[in-house]
Amino acid sequence: MSTRDEAPAGTRGPQQEVHAEGPETPHVPETTLPDDANQPAWLRIGKRIAGYAVLTTFALMFILPFALAISASFKSRPEARANPLGLIPEEPTLRAYEIMGQFQVPRWAFVSIVVTVSVTLGRLFLNSLAGYALARLDFPFRRLVFAIVVATLAIPGIVLAIPRFLVLGQLGMLNTWGGLILPLAVDAFGIFLMKQFFESIPREMEEAAKMDGATTFQTFSRVVLPLAVPGLIALTILSFQGSWNEFLHPLIAAPSEPSLRTLPVGLALLRGAFGEQLDFPLLMGASVLTTIPVAIIFFTFQRYFVQGVAASGVKG
Amino acid sequence: MSSTTLSRLRPRRKKRSGLERAERRAGVLFITPAIAGLLTFTLVPIFMALWISFRDWTGFGPPGESAFIGLDNYRSLTTQPGVERSDFAMSLRNNFYYVLGVVPLQTTIAFFLANLLNQRWLKAKGAFRTAYYFPSITGSIAVSLIFIFLFQRNGAINWLLSRLLPVGNMNWLDNANGVLHNLYRALGGTTPPEVLADNSFMGLSYWQWFSGPSVTMLAIMILATWTTIGTMMLIFLAGLQGISGDVEEASKVDGANKYQHFFFVTLPLMKPTLFFVLTIGIIGTWQVFDQIFAISAGGPQKTTLTPAYMVYREGFRNFAMGRAAAVAFLLFIIIMVFTLIQRRIVNPEEQ
Repeated sequence: MSTRDEAPAGTRGPQQEVHAEGPETPHVPETTLPDDANQPAWLRIGKRIAGYAVLTTFALMFILPFALAISASFKSRPEARANPLGLIPEEPTLRAYEIMGQFQVPRWAFVSIVVTVSVTLGRLFLNSLAGYALARLDFPFRRLVFAIVVATLAIPGIVLAIPRFLVLGQLGMLNTWGGLILPLAVDAFGIFLMKQFFESIPREMEEAAKMDGATTFQTFSRVVLPLAVPGLIALTILSFQGSWNEFLHPLIAAPSEPSLRTLPVGLALLRGAFGEQLDFPLLMGASVLTTIPVAIIFFTFQRYFVQGVAASGVKG
Repeated sequence: MSSTTLSRLRPRRKKRSGLERAERRAGVLFITPAIAGLLTFTLVPIFMALWISFRDWTGFGPPGESAFIGLDNYRSLTTQPGVERSDFAMSLRNNFYYVLGVVPLQTTIAFFLANLLNQRWLKAKGAFRTAYYFPSITGSIAVSLIFIFLFQRNGAINWLLSRLLPVGNMNWLDNANGVLHNLYRALGGTTPPEVLADNSFMGLSYWQWFSGPSVTMLAIMILATWTTIGTMMLIFLAGLQGISGDVEEASKVDGANKYQHFFFVTLPLMKPTLFFVLTIGIIGTWQVFDQIFAISAGGPQKTTLTPAYMVYREGFRNFAMGRAAAVAFLLFIIIMVFTLIQRRIVNPEEQ
């Protein structure tokens, strides 16, 4: 890899460096030069090899655990214990996946899917309406409402465990689908994200639609939303990933209803069900299955993930 | 919204006050469902929990009928000798070491990787970035189970260690020994120094306070670092890419070498991003719950008990909702205090 990389850089680098010192050379080509173009070739090559070695080591550290988990899920229990590092199972078996039915894994997956889809749809609808109102519309107590959103943003999730249990109990929503879904269906971060996004869209189109006599809702649904598709995709992905992986809320919202366990809750309890002798192929298989939907979303929409995180960092 | 836009729009709006009224109605209509949701499920419950923290509520029956006990829940956690206080002290100690280990480590590695990935000569940037970021998007429970598999006695971590260092198979997941205590013993210490053993604070001897994280907690710290590096690296990468090429040119023209450029140009420009990453790091690590629940449930010997896990244990295992709420509010205060302290240290000119 490094030799292919070196050949052009080695021939191009020094020559341009000479030119760059001439007074008539414009600045632009200089910026395309590597930082270390003035160093001797052996040092540069050495540094790059070291760089790739470090990056590859880290990449292995981040990826190998998943590879080991996948391989363990296709092993027998004795093989998983005796040879946890073999990447290729010696006697591949589907036992772990076959016995999942006995442990309610399909039911948990169903609950997770229903909750995740409902929460995501709820957030798309409620957060985009609220975000648009805060970004563009003038209404009473606008500042107060925005202050409430920002204040909610700062409340740590764990602090909400007891309060949510309390309020769901008061509303008779403990151990119900509603209790599982509704508290997650609106979130301050999503409102904030959509507000930021709508503010980045130029106003001219909306003004034109208003001149043509469109109502606010028509303007929103026919003019603004189509322009906001990238923002909506980002919100969809973040909501999907967030609610699919959510553990604390389903744990406290449906504490005594086994048929309303999501995958993370079921998995955590499954780990406790074995005592000392853990069924590693089963646990790894269930973990892998839990990871697959998010992985698919991630690899399909990676660009938006990256943008979403980057936006939260830069604007935060 | 800039003032020029406003002044441009205002005369036009005045002519159509009917339209303006319609817009206000639409605004109320658009915002009401979301705000109702936030109030019902987040803001109002917070105040209800504050009220509960002054009562002796078990979680069963109407909370209004439970006894009002004033500050007793808070007293039993902070001043009154007893198992509640020493448990809370233990949870603070454990989480303190957790934060102290995880935050600097994840920030440093993430910053290092981001700088490496930002090199112009690097090919396959996207592939490396994907590999580093992938753990961040996976579920905490699934990843915890995978780490149990890796850290078990015959697991991958011990296999690797036994080949690199002269150690036998370590017991990672059920090991209450403090790392600093282990170090003390390795240096030849046999009994704890008397000064530390004979004095105590909040029901824990100084010797216990200076234990360091237990070996089991260390495994959870490694897991936490591993899962969060990707997110922080992406944030750093965005920050680094936001530094314009002109700045780099300018420092090159001024004759700065690579290291001068890094310390006197890149680092100061990255200060806001560093501040942000440290803040979310500290806030996040003070809330560690999922991994504790899945891996150790606070054990062994309460060495992985954290305030967040204690909220769950008191409320949903010991049926002391009042005390659980009190722990939650004390934790809330800790998080707020750390945020403010940190703001002062990293960003003094903004005060």
